[in-house]
Amino acid sequence: MADQPEQEAGPASPGSPLASPPPISSPKAGQPPAGSRPARAPQAGPSPAGPSPARPVRDGLVLGLAVGTSGLAFGAAAVGSGLSAWQACALSLLAYTGASQFALAAAVASGGGLIAGTAGAILLGSRNALYGLRLADLLGVRGGKRLLAAHGVTDETTAVALAQPGAAAAAAGFRATFASLYLTWNICTLAGALGAGRLGSPQSLGLDVVGPAAFLALIWPRLRAGRTERGVGLLGAAIAVGATPLLPAGMPVILAASAALAGTFAPPGHESA
Amino acid sequence: MTGTWIAVLATAGGCYALKLAGLTVPRRLLGNARMRRFAELVPVALLAALIAVQAATSGQSLVLDPARLAGLAAAVLALALRAPFLLVIVVAAGTAAGLRALGVA
Repeated sequence: MADQPEQEAGPASPGSPLASPPPISSPKAGQPPAGSRPARAPQAGPSPAGPSPARPVRDGLVLGLAVGTSGLAFGAAAVGSGLSAWQACALSLLAYTGASQFALAAAVASGGGLIAGTAGAILLGSRNALYGLRLADLLGVRGGKRLLAAHGVTDETTAVALAQPGAAAAAAGFRATFASLYLTWNICTLAGALGAGRLGSPQSLGLDVVGPAAFLALIWPRLRAGRTERGVGLLGAAIAVGATPLLPAGMPVILAASAALAGTFAPPGHESA
Repeated sequence: MTGTWIAVLATAGGCYALKLAGLTVPRRLLGNARMRRFAELVPVALLAALIAVQAATSGQSLVLDPARLAGLAAAVLALALRAPFLLVIVVAAGTAAGLRALGVA
């Protein structure tokens, strides 16, 4: 979605793209930008270590396929909650954010107030707004492309985009993950709503571990890049797990954003190899 | 039924508006050094939280699912050995699936 073809010609790297530290973790990140537009060295030219866009695309396609199968669980849960199959599909097509969708289904199932249930489901979508803060800079999309890209902002697309070494690879990874996950999530929602979940559980294939394992792989370089990142990651995980018994599902993850707030007060330049 | 449809469409509209809001935040806001740092760190905090929640909780309770934890531990090992992305997730899913198939976990 970013039109920066000059980086597409980077030589294929034999190593994993995830092995290179992301551009943003440079020590300059804490300094004020020189002009009205923040200066970002990695976008100044082709990165010598930049991988071919094939790798982020392939990684994104596979991740979308694997994680999208959890649409089966959503479709089944939605219909079990009293939503119609059409309503389950409408949610996956139009809301397209798992946590909010499960939350609304749970609210319908509880028979409680739909207004409160809707407000809670929307509130859970706020983490996508936080992802957008970072993606806006990385994808550089405008106009109609931005309207389309916005629909694709999820945990998965963000994780893949942020793990890439350059803006072009980030955009390619974002697009591939969005396309693959959107298709799989929606097809599986329909299948799950129609009862396909009874045929077998994605858990027996270990697909429930794909999400966390993929997220871990994608933030791994950032955790290695700096002490502040490691601290923020550990604090975020601790906050979320600690708050799980106390808050409704989904809220603990949002609360974990406060770990990032704490991280902004850490002295810059505490990077370790 | 109509009420449920309104809830479905309102949720969809609200979720989309939030996604778009993040992408349309004025650039000068991100020009602020602390704001930029926050935007950089937020995905780390949220994704780490998701990993922990998906690994160790179910609904509102903390759970220890040996297959899930072993799968994640295998992922950590693969990452430490610098395995590429796809191998990491295959190893993680394969470990969990294998343990479940064997009835060990």
